[in-house]
Amino acid sequence: MPNMSLKKNEMPAQPPEVRIKNFLEVALGYTKEQAIDEAKRCLNCKHRPCVAGCPVRINIPDFIKEVAEGNFEKAYEIIALSSSLPAVCGRVCPQETQCEQKCVRGIKGEPVAIGRLERFVADWHNERFTGKITRPEPNGHRVAVIGSGPAGLTCAGDLAKKGYDVTIFEALHTPGGVLVYGIPEFRLPKEIVKKEIDALKELGVKIKTNVVIGKTLSIDELFEEGYEAVFIGSGAGLPRFMGIKGENLKGVYSANEFLTRVNLMKAYKENNATPILRAGRVAVVGGGNVAMDAARCAKRLGADEVYIVYRRGEKELPARAEEIEHAKEEGIIFKLLTNPVEILPDENKFVKGIKCVEMTLGEPDESGRRRPIVKPDSEFILDVECVIMAIGTSPNPLIKSTTQNLATEKWGGIVTDEKGRTSREGVFAGGDAVTGAATVILAMGAGKTAAESIDEYIQSKENARRA
Amino acid sequence: MFKILKKVSLNPTVTRMDIYAPAVAKKAQPGQFIILRVDSEGERIPLTIADYDREKGSVTIIYQIVGATTALLDRKAEGEYISDFVGPLGKPTETEGLKKVAVVGGGVGCAIAYPIAKKLHEQGAEVHTIAGFRTKDLVILEDEFRAVSDKLVMMTDDGSYGEKGLVTNALKALLDSGEQYDEVIAIGPLIMMKFVSALTKEYGVKTVVSMNPIMIDGTGMCGGCRLTVGGEVKFACVDGPDFDGHLVDFDEAMDRVSMYKSFEKHEYEKTCNLFKKAE
Repeated sequence: MPNMSLKKNEMPAQPPEVRIKNFLEVALGYTKEQAIDEAKRCLNCKHRPCVAGCPVRINIPDFIKEVAEGNFEKAYEIIALSSSLPAVCGRVCPQETQCEQKCVRGIKGEPVAIGRLERFVADWHNERFTGKITRPEPNGHRVAVIGSGPAGLTCAGDLAKKGYDVTIFEALHTPGGVLVYGIPEFRLPKEIVKKEIDALKELGVKIKTNVVIGKTLSIDELFEEGYEAVFIGSGAGLPRFMGIKGENLKGVYSANEFLTRVNLMKAYKENNATPILRAGRVAVVGGGNVAMDAARCAKRLGADEVYIVYRRGEKELPARAEEIEHAKEEGIIFKLLTNPVEILPDENKFVKGIKCVEMTLGEPDESGRRRPIVKPDSEFILDVECVIMAIGTSPNPLIKSTTQNLATEKWGGIVTDEKGRTSREGVFAGGDAVTGAATVILAMGAGKTAAESIDEYIQSKENARRA
Repeated sequence: MFKILKKVSLNPTVTRMDIYAPAVAKKAQPGQFIILRVDSEGERIPLTIADYDREKGSVTIIYQIVGATTALLDRKAEGEYISDFVGPLGKPTETEGLKKVAVVGGGVGCAIAYPIAKKLHEQGAEVHTIAGFRTKDLVILEDEFRAVSDKLVMMTDDGSYGEKGLVTNALKALLDSGEQYDEVIAIGPLIMMKFVSALTKEYGVKTVVSMNPIMIDGTGMCGGCRLTVGGEVKFACVDGPDFDGHLVDFDEAMDRVSMYKSFEKHEYEKTCNLFKKAE
């Protein structure tokens, strides 16, 4: 008999007053009993709408059925067929707008907690699995992957499973891309990312850190070195600023810089070599997941007051509902319908405040969201010592400027077709480098599609050669 | 891991190291920089490339011990390894078409000015070098500069070596004597580049400066290295590090590098104390 409870099993979490003083993971994961109970809420419907909602097409009802029966390792095997990073996705996917949004149980009550179950299964496996991953038979073809973020890791993993000899090139000193420099420890422990990457290495994927494609090596040189195809998953690129007065004052960070200092460089640890400003009052400009991450990091670094400054309303916040809720529980103050117009300096050119105006919402604009309009005479000053700009990124010019015949959009993103093929033969791309800043799972979906296209491309060349 | 092939002390606080990094050496050009980490817990710091040997696969860096990371780096001996070394980053210095150039180096900035002077000399340009130091003990690369310069003026602030005064005094004297330069290339402390640029603006001589702000990734991702050039925000790592000296907002740049001053002082002292305890 299915469990007909209208509500999901709650996932245990660190209480807000405790977690704002540490960088440990907030959500603690289901127990075995909770997982089985939640899995029993799945009706195992024939038409499987949840699978259609998953960018990497995990056979969701199948794995949940195994969970319900207590076969957790079997459940893991089913997920692993479609996803290279289950422990990551179970934590950071916006399930509420993907698989869970399509869940039949969500029509009346809450959908099945697919994400929490995925996380449980992946963690169960990672904690217990001691066997050796069997490497597939090598097929003798070499593929280069640029960037070791979610797009690159997925593409590399899928190709390695097919027997390709894959090398990932990473610009930073640690692989993982946004999973290590961007998403904070308390939302995605780096140990988990490391385990997923180690599993890929076991599969035979090679990772070369400290190599900047477009500088150390060009795409043409990769082909000269014998790689038959190249996947570009180089990520989102350069942080945007608002272009207002005072943005170069000391104490103004891009979210990328702030998060990189905290996450990748571990500036939150006492005795760390990388400096970070520990301000008492912090304003984060923007309303996406990155803004929530930055705000919650600032709180954990000891800020008394952290503001989210966002020019539209609550309904328009692009961040996941769960992130907004967590931020509010932690005491982050939301200054909605508020837009900065100037950052103010103290006598030493450090930030001392941010001048804002209030906004109202007008007619929907081209993005479908209601356009914010400035309220006359609404100027006010928020006293803060640190401002973090989390308003998006623009594409990195390094690869574009060193690769001939690689078509890019006006705004700089790499042009691809629906199969991840670029204008250059043998060059594929996916993730934020193509779409602009998006989510981990969309990047993984693009990496997966590109892996299929690369396989098709190399096999058809191989067949032509044989014929 | 990257091996230290050679380590030479140039003066009490400045050291030269050749690092084995064939992929970087293969592509390196004067004006570009690298980012290194000494160990797996270390900070990422940018250093401009001082020389390279494509055949040996080595890249030369010259650093001044100014903080915790450079102090840590200086503890490494020949034959030992550093954990990360990535590059070449940034755009090379543009030298094409230059026929007569004044190269102005200040202090450890001379380490970066030298490969540019060398490249200009190799392409047949007339090179006038002005190298300035605080005092005689800190003079570096004099013989190297002499070998690639048609004219070399050595300056010290205290007059203990060469002529007494600032590099701007020497440059002004050359300009006043009627020397006509296609370009002045100035590399050194921000305050020096600021005054060189102010001087050459009066004389209407194009001036290029090399900026070395705070950086993390060096590929454009963090934006920490931003500066204002001609009223526009630029990232030193991808748009530079060379910029038109007449357009750079030096006051802002000088201010931004002081952001972590107290932290850095604390870290430096902590590192030095650790070393003292160990000895």
